[in-house]
Amino acid sequence: MTDSLVLTEATYYILLALYTPQHGYGIMQMAENLSKGRVHLAAGTLYGALSTMSEKGWIRLLPVEEGSRKKEYQLTEEGLKVLKNEIERLRELVANGELVLGGKNNG
Amino acid sequence: MAEQKTLHKWFWAWDFEKEERWLNEMAWSGWALCDIGFCRYTFEKTEPGEYTLRLEMRDHDDGYLSFMEETGAEYIGRMVKWIYFRRKTEYGPFDLYSDTDSRIAHLDRISRLLLVIGLLNLGIGILNSVNGASLGWINLICATLLMYGLGRIHGKKESLQQDKLIRE
Repeated sequence: MTDSLVLTEATYYILLALYTPQHGYGIMQMAENLSKGRVHLAAGTLYGALSTMSEKGWIRLLPVEEGSRKKEYQLTEEGLKVLKNEIERLRELVANGELVLGGKNNG
Repeated sequence: MAEQKTLHKWFWAWDFEKEERWLNEMAWSGWALCDIGFCRYTFEKTEPGEYTLRLEMRDHDDGYLSFMEETGAEYIGRMVKWIYFRRKTEYGPFDLYSDTDSRIAHLDRISRLLLVIGLLNLGIGILNSVNGASLGWINLICATLLMYGLGRIHGKKESLQQDKLIRE
């Protein structure tokens, strides 16, 4: 897991949503709320991303509560590191954009 | 129980988007898919536009089905490796994939299946033709058709990949 990691928007919002434990539908709603309705995670995409990210050890499945069929996930230490690196990278993108265009996007 | 009707229709695997479009047109006219069989579609009378239909190819996975149900989708049934879902339109837009990567992964799953069946038919066809069995040509025609399908899927995949070069 090195420097040149670029997350997809879906991955980014999933990691962000999993800062606190969430089940699948909760992740979708959180991504939508945080982005004010712009980011829509479809269930098939989310499911695939969750299993890939579990395999990578960025998130983990929490023990399933008695009487509940809903699976909850949470960020791991590794996942938090990936997320922080990405935020750092995004900050650089924005800073460079403003540097070149000379100021906050005021046209 | 709601009024039902059954239609028989054939779609090629590479025309799955056409199939989905048709199912959604039916749903818009007040007939939502409720059961699926081999070339057999059973619809029930609903309010026009009450449901959005989606279908995809995926290996059997109970975890996935319960995940889908958690998000408000109803699992209608499966035909070989194709699974059918519907969700009430009032819950908002219903899609299975929301990024290019997972759309490409889906096309790859379809390609792999077509390739396996295609090669199987090619092998059997050649074997039967060499051995002088009279029906070898049927397998060869099937193989040709499946390879054509593979090409169609590949075309869809390429246009997605082109798009991915400049944006996520």
